[in-house]
Amino acid sequence: MGRVGPMGRLARAGPALGSAALTGVVRLWRVPRWRGRTGADRDPAAPARWEVVTVDRPPEQVLPDGRWPEPLRRLDGAVEVRVRAAPGDRGTELAARPMAGATPPTGLAAHLVGDDPHLLVRRTLRQVKQRVEAGEVLRADRSALDRPEVRG
Amino acid sequence: MRALCWVAADELAVREVPDPELRNERDVIVRVRRSATCGGDLPLLAGRDPLLRAGDVLGAEFLGEVVEVGPGVRRHRTGDRVVVGASVACGGCWYCRQGLHSCCDNAHADPASVDPDWGRSDAGCFGRPRAAGGFAGGHAEYVRVPYADVGAFRVPDAVDDDRALFAADAAPTGWLAAELGAVRPGDVVAIWGAGAVGQLTARAAVLHGAARVLVVDRHEDRLRMAERHSGAEPLDYRRTDVAAELRDRSGGRGPDVCVVAVGAPPPDRFGGRSVDRPDASREAVHACRKGGVVVVLGATDGFVDAFPLGAVTDRRLTLRGARRPDLRDVPMLLDRMARDELRTEHLATHRLPLEHGPQGYELFRDRADGCVRAVFTP
Repeated sequence: MGRVGPMGRLARAGPALGSAALTGVVRLWRVPRWRGRTGADRDPAAPARWEVVTVDRPPEQVLPDGRWPEPLRRLDGAVEVRVRAAPGDRGTELAARPMAGATPPTGLAAHLVGDDPHLLVRRTLRQVKQRVEAGEVLRADRSALDRPEVRG
Repeated sequence: MRALCWVAADELAVREVPDPELRNERDVIVRVRRSATCGGDLPLLAGRDPLLRAGDVLGAEFLGEVVEVGPGVRRHRTGDRVVVGASVACGGCWYCRQGLHSCCDNAHADPASVDPDWGRSDAGCFGRPRAAGGFAGGHAEYVRVPYADVGAFRVPDAVDDDRALFAADAAPTGWLAAELGAVRPGDVVAIWGAGAVGQLTARAAVLHGAARVLVVDRHEDRLRMAERHSGAEPLDYRRTDVAAELRDRSGGRGPDVCVVAVGAPPPDRFGGRSVDRPDASREAVHACRKGGVVVVLGATDGFVDAFPLGAVTDRRLTLRGARRPDLRDVPMLLDRMARDELRTEHLATHRLPLEHGPQGYELFRDRADGCVRAVFTP
């Protein structure tokens, strides 16, 4: 994905979430990891790429009252966010990228998100999109392996 | 409950698996009455998809009765007899709102994990690996159906199960092919592949007013079936110079619309995208009239060698493709089935209990005993 062009930045008016709830979840990365996914021939000092999704709703529905929607709000302090209306009346372009200076994940959080913070950012943006467009975040089926009694 | 599961390469088994449960508010649970094999299952059956796991339940096409309804469901209630579209789609994203349900943005449980593959994920699908955005399939006693208001359709009383089952995928795919080809009255339409999708493409072309519809295959029984039920002219490519015949039967112009409905080979043994041998696609491109439309259907995942791109540009062809149909046409197709304009039950050449699922897939894979589709009853 190419770098997202100039976007009108909305006020980062996310709620002041309790720091205890965010510890180990929000402050996920140290600076070198933020530079990841840039390719071997890229400047290692270049800022992290934006991850972006287009949500097929106007900005006021994506960010009611200018506040970050869940679950993006949980990343307050760890990502920066940009928003603009998509061209052609296609809704809202919602972009986020890891903020320089965040600390790496530890413990269970590290186990869950691995060493690529962009995956968590993308997953979060996708969940925002699903919540706004579909009304819910789709859950996978349970595994069919729980009781594998072969019959035939 | 019992379900037909993939176990290993070319090995299926009916297993006892956990009952499905409502996982989202817009889910319903369907008790399956019929399910059908489809061509997209064959690469999975071959066991070369690295995302497939032992125990995954197959079956993209099914019909049944609603037995449980999530609190967010508006259009369905318990007892409804429904056919379920093979694509899982949210109904609320930009693609769904354009009617492009097979491109839905919100039908993967973890889309971020599959995005890098092609850059963007397509819709979810029943009977496909969970890691690829799939959901447990319909070869089972019960199935969970996400976004049920979008993907499940009440079946008119006048349409029996054996006919309505094909409204899940094969009939809408055939209709989509005719739409993508922009078939108009008087057109000559050529179709490669006389399986269920090819035959229903032929029927859709007739219903769009095509003057001549020609179907190319090598299986005599399928060609005869296409002739009898779809009004198509059969061309056996083992005995006919297809290109010359198509020129002859289109006044030297070439068909206005060419549809490739032959399916695709499975991924290579390392699980990667195979290099397809696009014999049918190549023939279609060369046969199509100047300015005509070539439609390629099916799970053609691979890269293609020796594709005649020059013929596409020289002759101003339009090349269009689709892997799965959209959901928008299903109600209309059910209405046509109710009016007897669209008959599909003949495609169910083999009706078997679910316990015989492995044998049914063997018949289907090998096209043995005249098998076009095997249909299972739990």
